[in-house]
Amino acid sequence: MVMDPIKAESKNLDFYYGNLQALKNVSLQIQERKITALIGPSGCGKTTYLRCFNRMHDLYPHNKYHGEIILYPDEINIISPSVDPIEVRMRISMVFQKPNPFPKSIFENVAYGLRVRGISNRSILSEKVEKSLRSAALWDEIKDRLHLPAFDLSGGQQQRLCIARALATDPEILLFDEPTSALDPIATGKIEELIMGLQEHVTILIVTHNMQQAARISDFTAFMYLGEVVEFGDTDNLFVNPQNKLTEEYITGRFG
Amino acid sequence: MEDIKQRIKISKYWNSLFWIIGFLSTLVGLVLLLVLMIDLFMDGAPRLSYKFFSSFPSRFPEEAGILSAWVGSFLVLLVTAGAAIPLGVAAGIYLEEYARKNWVTDIIEINIANLAGVPSIVYGLLALGLFVYLLKFGETILTAGLTLALLILPMVIMATREGIRAIPGSIREASYALGATKWQTVQWHIIPYSMGGILTGVIIGLSRAIGETAPIITVGALTFIAFLPASPVTSEFPFISFKWLMDPFTVMPIQMFNWVSRPQKAFQMNAAAAGIVLMGMTLLMNGVAIYIRYKFRKKIRW
Ligand SMILES: Nc1ncnc2c1ncn2[C@@H]1O[C@H](COP(=O)(O)OP(=O)(O)O)[C@@H](O)[C@H]1O
Ligand SMILES: [Mg+2]
Repeated sequence: MVMDPIKAESKNLDFYYGNLQALKNVSLQIQERKITALIGPSGCGKTTYLRCFNRMHDLYPHNKYHGEIILYPDEINIISPSVDPIEVRMRISMVFQKPNPFPKSIFENVAYGLRVRGISNRSILSEKVEKSLRSAALWDEIKDRLHLPAFDLSGGQQQRLCIARALATDPEILLFDEPTSALDPIATGKIEELIMGLQEHVTILIVTHNMQQAARISDFTAFMYLGEVVEFGDTDNLFVNPQNKLTEEYITGRFG
Repeated sequence: MEDIKQRIKISKYWNSLFWIIGFLSTLVGLVLLLVLMIDLFMDGAPRLSYKFFSSFPSRFPEEAGILSAWVGSFLVLLVTAGAAIPLGVAAGIYLEEYARKNWVTDIIEINIANLAGVPSIVYGLLALGLFVYLLKFGETILTAGLTLALLILPMVIMATREGIRAIPGSIREASYALGATKWQTVQWHIIPYSMGGILTGVIIGLSRAIGETAPIITVGALTFIAFLPASPVTSEFPFISFKWLMDPFTVMPIQMFNWVSRPQKAFQMNAAAAGIVLMGMTLLMNGVAIYIRYKFRKKIRW
């Protein structure tokens, strides 16, 4: 079997919220330009794991990491205290569980990441905003309304706007934390399709509450339980032929 | 069965009783305020005219006006706003966004909450020592403005903090997740989104400051003043001047106090008229505050 290049790899990662250990010895390889899904029952640490990748935990006191998350090709340990979290966030973007657009115009929402990087040239901004909105399958719906408030969009459109916002800065990895849990089935379908289309350009790590979603869209799946990765492998194999008893019980719906 | 009916009847009786008590209590406040306002109007309204606003105080009640008082109040409030807004907003942002939560910030917080309850005359004493004697600002508009700024500073800080706390964490996280620094997040999100709350707090603070008398007397406002401070705009380059900051002054409530203490009925009428103006200013400011809050609420709904 030919191994695809690895984009990121966590090695013996532990994470603590104060004294509460939320991740135990998590080792996982994220392949480049593939979709890796994290599944598992509520509270098993999926969000916690995802948020290590862009150092979101650094925003709050008393959070501690141990171990490594190596980002390739430059092989830096992105959770090392010597690495600036801002630099990590510039390379690894995130889409949250609930759509969280800024109370600004559609245009300014998408342009924000670029402004943060000091880009203020109008034509560069316009070009990038259009490109990102196209990638997020939103352009045709809103191209005449770029200066209206983002809050006027529907929930599904807001989430696609957040995806466009995250894409505008050409991230190397895109993190999704249950991006469709607040949306109706039609909006969910659109976003799943969109995510599958994105993998040509960007490595994707997605947490999902819904096993069918993982089965539909991901190339690899990790099943987590109580802060540990129980099983990790090719999505088709994991769902058809789980190796671990817990995984089997979870995907057949016997708990979760 | 009869028992339950009886019980319901008793409960309902208590309910209506409280309704009546509550209604009457509300009425007491409302009626008193109304009577006060009507009384003020009956006494003062006949004196309200353009001349009343454009005349200096005088020995002759019919010629006396509030020119120096309203100009003084306006300039003092200008200094107050200019000092309290930047200081209060900066402190509020620091406490909410930058300061680590530990016992030092706890103490600072308790202190700010207590400062809001300090009697205003105590601020006057503090200001007399600090601005007049130590910093030698004299008994001037600058001193009075800074004194009132101290007085409303806790209100501005608290309004800022409440405005910031109303911003959902998800918005902050969205900004940081795109690689923003703390200052970028503060500048582009925290300040603009909390502006409604901040402005509301500032205006309510200013509307309290405009009626403050005790601390202004303590720092030495004059009770009779028949000239205006130096003009802030001049005909020569650079067209603005800050000489007025160092001028003596009076303010509306002191002018009122001065007239009230005269025996003649005509001066009492002047005091009532000044009272109407002062109340109008306060109501206007509160109206503006409500309008701003409404505007921002409509623009930003989380
Ligand atoms: N901010 C936090 N502070 C303390 N404990 C937390 C925090 N966030 C999550 N936890 C705990 O960490 C564990 C993992 O949570 P999480 O990663 O959110 O799970 P999942 O996303 O899989 O539902 C849970 O036990 C949860 O209660
Ligand atoms: Mg979660």
